[in-house]
Amino acid sequence: MTADSFTLIVWIVSALAGFLGALTGLGGGVVVVPALTLALGVDMKYAIGASLVSVIATSSGAAAAYVREGFSNIRIGMFLEIATTIGAVVGAFLAGHVTTHVLAIVFGVVLIQAAYQSVFKGALEHVLPTESDVLGRKLRLNGTFPEDGRQREYGSRNVPAGFGLMFGAGALSGLLGIGSGAVKVIAMDRAMKIPFKVSTTTSNFMIGVTAAASAGVYLSRGYIDPRVAMPVMLGVLAGAFLGSKVLVHAKVSTLRIVFAVVILALAIEMIVSGVMGRV
Amino acid sequence: MDDRRLELIIGNLLRAGVLLAAAVVLAGAGLYLAQHHRDRVNYHSFVAGPDSLRTVPGIVQSAAHLDSEGLMQLGLLLLIATPVARVILAVVGFAMEEDRLYVVVSLIVLVVLLASLARAT
Repeated sequence: MTADSFTLIVWIVSALAGFLGALTGLGGGVVVVPALTLALGVDMKYAIGASLVSVIATSSGAAAAYVREGFSNIRIGMFLEIATTIGAVVGAFLAGHVTTHVLAIVFGVVLIQAAYQSVFKGALEHVLPTESDVLGRKLRLNGTFPEDGRQREYGSRNVPAGFGLMFGAGALSGLLGIGSGAVKVIAMDRAMKIPFKVSTTTSNFMIGVTAAASAGVYLSRGYIDPRVAMPVMLGVLAGAFLGSKVLVHAKVSTLRIVFAVVILALAIEMIVSGVMGRV
Repeated sequence: MDDRRLELIIGNLLRAGVLLAAAVVLAGAGLYLAQHHRDRVNYHSFVAGPDSLRTVPGIVQSAAHLDSEGLMQLGLLLLIATPVARVILAVVGFAMEEDRLYVVVSLIVLVVLLASLARAT
């Protein structure tokens, strides 16, 4: 393939991934990595390097919009970033010590989980505690968010469990070059009982910092090749921007199911390719 | 200065950083495609690139020589720097709020980020 057609194809695929990722809240990385490796035969290491860069672009680019909505919590985000960044460094080191077959299989399993979560999210409604527990209070992991025209208070529980899950989220991010927003949301929403909207927006804010922690390791190892990362970054950014513009008008529930099916198919293909040693 | 205002300032700065990074990547991309569009490429097996694309000083130097790949990599490096800038601004913001606990928390995050980036120097 010539450089110009490679660049164009990767840009189009990445723009589509960024667009769907923004609409469904799953991020672009989950599609970019399988598309690059399975369809274009790009080595997994280049793919996760390019994906990691695009993850930073969407997280940093959308930060202002999320803050304006008034849901994200900078203290919760910053405290949990201690866990995600350390996890990310560990994951990035691991990425250099496992074969691409193993990476592909782990990636597939994570994709299945993300697809499942995107379809069944919101099914588990829990009563929100307004008070933090002892540790949550000491760390001041509380806040308010707008609901029905007034500010509603919330607190945080089970901080050690959330912190541990965040370490895992960071490790997956560093290992696979993805944002692992789905695991971050589980840590806050399910474990720490933080309201769902606060969890998802704070997660988006955290994704960029988490990814930056593995970026240094990726860069020094050569995983970030500009010839591959350039069209991925520009494509995902353009797609995510467009996605955030139509998000307000789109009916996303059907789309989310379609996207989940696509991801599930990619997941199975990744696992099969990993087991057969084709990636 | 309250949290919301601080976050909004940080958010706007991050977006400006992303746009700057994208502009540099785009400039490098234009140069790269002008010079190499007919090159045969294949990324089937991983080979770590030259030091000039893997270390911060190397990237800055090759970008200064208007090397197309160096220029694209400089843009990507700027992008990687945006979350680092975010954490630095948070340290400053928490210090202005005299929130010592969160100055320490954000400093720990900053140290982890810089330790990782130090590998690429």
